[in-house]
Formats: sequence, C-alpha cells, structure tokens
Amino acid sequence: MEQTNFQLKKQDTQSQEWSKRLHHATRATREDWIGRGISYLCIGVIILVVASMLWFITSKGIATFTQNHVSLWKFLSGTDWSPSQGKIGALPMIVGSFAVTFAAAIVATPFAVGTAIFMTEISPNKGRKFLQPVIELLVGIPSVVYGFIGLAVVVPFMRHLVGGSGFGIISATFVLFVMVLPTITSMTVDSLRAVPRYYKEASLALGATRWQTVSKVILRSATPGILTAVIFGMARAFGEALAVQMVIGNAAVMPKDLISAASTLTSQLTTGIGDTIDGTLPNNALWSLALILLLMSLFFNALVRVIAKRGQLKHER
Amino acid sequence: MNKGSKLAMGIAAISLLLVGCGKATSSTSSKESSAALSGKVTAVGSTALQPLAAKAGSNFTAKNSKVNLTVQGGGSGTGLSQVQAGAVSIGDSDIFAEEKDGIKADKLTDHKVAVVGMAPVVNKDTGIKNLKMAQLKQIFTGKITNWKEVGGKDEKIVIINRAQGSGTRATFENAVLKGTDAVKSQEQDSNGAVQKIVATTPGAVSYLAFSYFTNKLQAVSIDNVTPTDNNVETNKWKIWSYEHMYTKGTPDKATTAFLKYMDSKTVQDSLVKDMGYISIHDMKVTKDAKGVVTQN
Repeated sequence: MEQTNFQLKKQDTQSQEWSKRLHHATRATREDWIGRGISYLCIGVIILVVASMLWFITSKGIATFTQNHVSLWKFLSGTDWSPSQGKIGALPMIVGSFAVTFAAAIVATPFAVGTAIFMTEISPNKGRKFLQPVIELLVGIPSVVYGFIGLAVVVPFMRHLVGGSGFGIISATFVLFVMVLPTITSMTVDSLRAVPRYYKEASLALGATRWQTVSKVILRSATPGILTAVIFGMARAFGEALAVQMVIGNAAVMPKDLISAASTLTSQLTTGIGDTIDGTLPNNALWSLALILLLMSLFFNALVRVIAKRGQLKHER
Repeated sequence: MNKGSKLAMGIAAISLLLVGCGKATSSTSSKESSAALSGKVTAVGSTALQPLAAKAGSNFTAKNSKVNLTVQGGGSGTGLSQVQAGAVSIGDSDIFAEEKDGIKADKLTDHKVAVVGMAPVVNKDTGIKNLKMAQLKQIFTGKITNWKEVGGKDEKIVIINRAQGSGTRATFENAVLKGTDAVKSQEQDSNGAVQKIVATTPGAVSYLAFSYFTNKLQAVSIDNVTPTDNNVETNKWKIWSYEHMYTKGTPDKATTAFLKYMDSKTVQDSLVKDMGYISIHDMKVTKDAKGVVTQN
C-alpha cells in the first residue's frame, strides 16, 4: 500500500515535470525569443532615429514657409540668395546642384561602362586582379582628400586651360567624376555579371562577333542595372558636400557658364550653418535647403526601385 | 518648434548613448573636494578665437586639474545661439551680440578677451600695395572690376568673400562698405581657405585677420596706413573687432575663474601676443556695439 502510493506519487511528479517541460519554453526557444527581441530592439531604434530625423528636418525645413511666411514659389524660383537681408531665392543652388550632378554622371558613365565591360567580358582575370582593388581604393578615399586634390591640382589646371579663377562647375564636375566613377563602375560590373550566360552563348552561336554580343545583347539586357548604377552615382554626387565646396567657389549666383564660381545646396549648407542663429530666417532657410536635399535623395531611391522593378519584368519575359 | 528641439535632444541622447558610453563616468569623480576648483566649462563658437581659447584653456586646466574645459569651433552664430539656449557655459563670438538677429543681447554678459585686426589681402601679382578706402569700397561693391583702374596690373579682380554671417565679413563690411551691399561672389567658410585661395588665384582679393598673413600674399595698406597692431590700438587702422566670450546669467565658479584667467596678465601679455592677437589691455580706444569709438 505504502509502496504503490509512493510509486503513484513518483509517477505524478514525473508527469508533472513532463508537463512542465512540455508547457514551458525550452532553452533554445528562450534564446530564440531573446535573439528576436534584440533584433526588434535594434530595428526599433533605427526606425526611431530615421523617423525622427525625417520629422526633424521636415519640421525645420518648412518653418521658412510657415513661420517666416516666405512663399514656396519664391523660394524655389527666386535667384537672389541673401538670407541676412531676408531674400532667399534658392534657384541658384538648385541649378548648381543639378548641373554638377548631371555633368558628372554624363562624363563618368562612358568611362564606367567601358571599364566594366573590360572587367567582365574582355579581360576578367586582369579586371579582378588589378582594377577591382583600384576601384575599391577609390571608394575608400575620404571626400576631403578629393577636395584637397581638387583645390591644389584641378582648380589651377582649369585656370590655365579655360581661364577665369578656376573655381566653378567644371572643376566640381571633374572632382565628382572621379568620386562617382567607382560607384557606377562596380554596380555596372555587377549588372553585367548578372546577365544570364545563355544570352551570350546564344548570341555567339548565332554567329555574332564578340563586339556585337557585348553591344547588342549584354549591354542591352543589363541596361536597367546600368541605369540604377548611374542613378546611385548621381545620388552620391548630389549629396557630396565637402569636396564640391572646396572647388566650386560658393557664389550664390545663377551659373552663367561652367567656368565661373557657382554654388550647390550642400556647399551653401556647410558654409552657412555655423554663422546662423537657431530660429531665425537665415537658419530656417538653410534647413529648407536640407529638406530639398532629403527629398531629392528620396526621389533618387524611388527611381532606382522603379527601374529595378521594370528590369526584372523584362528578364522574365 | 518646442517638440522639434525635444526630438533633437532625443537624437543627440541616442547618438551619445551609442557613441560615448565611456564618457559618462569621468565627470562624476571631479566633484569631491570643495577647496579646489572643479566643474565643467564648455566654450563654443568663433573659429577666429578658437586657437587662443584652446591654448589658454589647456594652460588653465594644467593648473586646475579638476576643471573639465572644452573649447570648440562652430562659428560665432553657433556660439551665440548655444550660450543663449544655455547649452554651453561660454559662447565665443567675433561680433557683438547686438549685431546678430535673433540674439537677445541684454540676457548675455560680454567679456572682451582680445582684439583682432583685419586687412584686405591681394594676390601678389596684382601689384597693389595701397588702396584708398573709397577704391576698396568700389572693388567690393563691383564698381571696379580690373586692377589697372586702381594702379595695378591689367587683370580681372576676383573677389573672395567670407560666408554671409561670418564675423570677419561683418567687421570688414561695417568698416569698409558702411551699409551698402557687397557684390555677389565666391564665399569661403574659413580664414584658412581664404589664405590659400588668395595666395594661389591671380587677381584675387579678400580680407584676413592679421595672424593669417603670410609672405605668399600681400596685405594692403589703406590710405597709406599700414595694418599693424600699433595702428589698431590707436584706431588709425579702422578694421578690427573684439573677440568676445559671452556668458548667460550668473556663470559658475569654474567659468568665472577661466574668464578671469583670460583677462590676467599671464594671458594678455604673452599668450595673446604670441598667437597674433592684440591684447585688450593695450587698446587706447573703446568701440561699442554700434561702432562708435571713444578714447580711453
């Protein structure tokens, strides 16, 4: 009697233990929870930071229009930038930013595509051995170094070549060309490598020469990727501040030609921000410039997504 | 607006958390003894004053090891707005708080710690050594565009300004342009950049603090008065400004001691002069915020 009772008790505790084990999380599950918790926390912090930055720049940026009652149209189309006298026409900087961005992209793209074709089709071995490290090195050089070289080499060179002071859109284009080249090249290389092998094989089998294959098949089918690369390069050029500021001359006037001093949104921001007082018009106007920059980079990102989507559809067809 | 600044503080707090966890522990240990001077002093603002403030600051902390003193640049505008907001103990500025929009000067206390003279500088190949004040004004308002019109070489004038709102520019324009607007031109954000660009760009003209003169560029006399410390002290040379350290309300003990140290003979008679500034004790005139000069 005692014995069976004891056994029963033992069985009972055993089953209790089992149910405890089965109804409660194991160590592995708990680790899983902790891991997930940490990831969510990190994501949460990042989202919070990004969201508050967006909110902060937007709220500061629109203060020019809500508090200082400058009309948005006057801000975007005005050509007189003298914030301390209440005149804030941002068009010279907007034009300057777009001019250097497009010019740099136009100059850099042929070089980037040429290099990328060399690295993937013509001589993949040398490409991987020599060009890859060189391009990676170019990415790693800090922008202040580019700016310094621009100031010490490019500006005097342009002065001798085309006259004027040497500061201007053309010098900025030259510096930005070197800065966006690695971005465009490495992304173009990726997109060329992503072209399915059988495209190339089919083309060669049909009797096309190597050049015909490269120009008519590979480049054609990699076009969305190359466009994405160019837009990423443009986004970098648009947001570059320091190097441009050192060579463009920072004159807030409408650019008449490529060889006289101009300014960009970023160069105006970096030169002006230390000398303005929080909450005054000159300061708010700079925040508005920052808002334009933010909106433009969002636009570039959206554009990349659209192109990527259309490119995918094309490949599947 | 208020919400905005709170959010900004939040962002700053997060980034501090992420970046500088180690920093928080160090300041607590310095609050122990009451006899020795202790505390935290932060001076932010003018880059023209920064080298002097930094050097004086490190000498000061060598004697008062329990004081944690930080000197940062950022520009006069930053200095004034930060001290007004109570974010820093000292706001460094090249200009009077009264001259800056958005600053309530009556809430701040001015401590003048040095004087800086500024002069027009030109590229050496222009052949210009002296200009009349009227000519200088015409150059910077865009009425004269070639050096030959003022007796120099046949060469286009390239004007290089400091950024709008810069203390050096404000001082120069107050003394030379007297209210008229400068012609739109290149703008650079520091004395160092101006120095380099004027030295290398043919036909360039700008203005610099005396301490930035080099033999690679030509400092220009105005109406045959040479830009020297002695001429500034008597106001014969008109382009000069005070370097200010502004405080708000009653500064704490450490800040007061540092300001007193800045005004002491040790700093004024040696350090100030060694670093190319003019001692506040040597000035024979006083200038007020409106630019009115009186003999001492």
